[in-house]
Amino acid sequence: MDFAGAYSADNLAFLLEGFWVTLKVAFISIILSFIIGGIIGIIRYAKVPVLSQLLALIVETVRNLPLLLIIFFTYFALPEIRIKLEIIPAAIVALTIFESAMLSEVIRSGLKSIDKGQMEAARSSGLSYTQALIHIILPQALRRMVPPIVSQFISLLKDTSLAVVISLPELTHHGQIIYGQSQKFLIPILILVALMYFVVNYSLSLVAQRLELKRT
Amino acid sequence: MLDFSILTENLDMYLLGFKNTILSSLIALVASLILGILVAIMRIAPIKPLNWLGTAYVEFIRNIPLLIITFFFFLGLKLSGLYAGTLALTIYTSSFIAEAIRAGILSVPKGQMEAARSSGLSYGQAMRLVILPQAVKIVIPPLGNQFINLVKNSSILAVVAGLDLMYHGDLISSRTFVVFDVYIFVAAFYLILTIPLSIGVGYLEKRLAKSN
Repeated sequence: MDFAGAYSADNLAFLLEGFWVTLKVAFISIILSFIIGGIIGIIRYAKVPVLSQLLALIVETVRNLPLLLIIFFTYFALPEIRIKLEIIPAAIVALTIFESAMLSEVIRSGLKSIDKGQMEAARSSGLSYTQALIHIILPQALRRMVPPIVSQFISLLKDTSLAVVISLPELTHHGQIIYGQSQKFLIPILILVALMYFVVNYSLSLVAQRLELKRT
Repeated sequence: MLDFSILTENLDMYLLGFKNTILSSLIALVASLILGILVAIMRIAPIKPLNWLGTAYVEFIRNIPLLIITFFFFLGLKLSGLYAGTLALTIYTSSFIAEAIRAGILSVPKGQMEAARSSGLSYGQAMRLVILPQAVKIVIPPLGNQFINLVKNSSILAVVAGLDLMYHGDLISSRTFVVFDVYIFVAAFYLILTIPLSIGVGYLEKRLAKSN
């Protein structure tokens, strides 16, 4: 084991560069997933006929598949039906497909957790269903959704590492490149990479915890 | 249209991978349940150093990717892919199981423990006879969810040539030069496992909500 060699300035800079890609890809994916998952969650909450059943089927299918399979499929299988994506877009698309399904459930159960009386009161004071949803239900539900969304973001940061199978230049992949140079770097690099994920994810989990406590 | 001859001609390989995925998931499930229970006990036992150790284990493992743990066993300890993957799955899942169990035990009102203790039971007896039976009911649905995650996460074995379903999909696609159809069938095999589990967990959650 060669800690000094593994932690050379060049290697550290290279790992940070990888971590930046991890953060960027995870952040873009969570934003897209929030938008898509939000639309799916609202349609399913409002029980729009046909559409909500169709979305339920898609969400259940995606949620029950391994993310690794979705990443692999997006990058290697879609070109066979003439959808060719570069590595970074493919990673973002795959993570977004998976995470939208997860977040749609978070958003739907957040909406469902708001007392029914709220909707009834809003409707009987003259608001339309859509107005009641936008002005009364959503603002209350959003506050409750923040902690589970932060937890999902933590999962997403960890899951981004699966994109090593398509050589996404993120943290784990950059780690692989460094310990590929010498067996002596393996353990020091695995430890450092694990610690980098840990520091960011643990901090985020503390934030999520604090938000949850504030609520109750 | 899907080419079903890919499924029929490679059925033995699909089934071998399917079998290994089930086997690895079941072993990891049992092992992570045992480990998770031990860690949960460490976290709630009235002994401070054990609490710290349990907390450090859970917080560290939960916040790093499963892939890193897998690489540690596969590349660091040079275990075979199947063993490294199953071991990593066990360690990773045990941290989530420990949390689920701890949350379940803590959700039993404090008065229960106090009443049991004041009627003469020891801490261990009160835990075993009064708290745990009530906690089990609360813990089962989250444990079910962890098992579904475990089955999905077992695909990590493919990254270290772990002979699972994903890995065999890889073999079949490099033999047939087809990717799309091969992985649609791989997906179907995963869904055969995970969809009934999800339905089961959903059913338990509903029943539990009613009984409360």
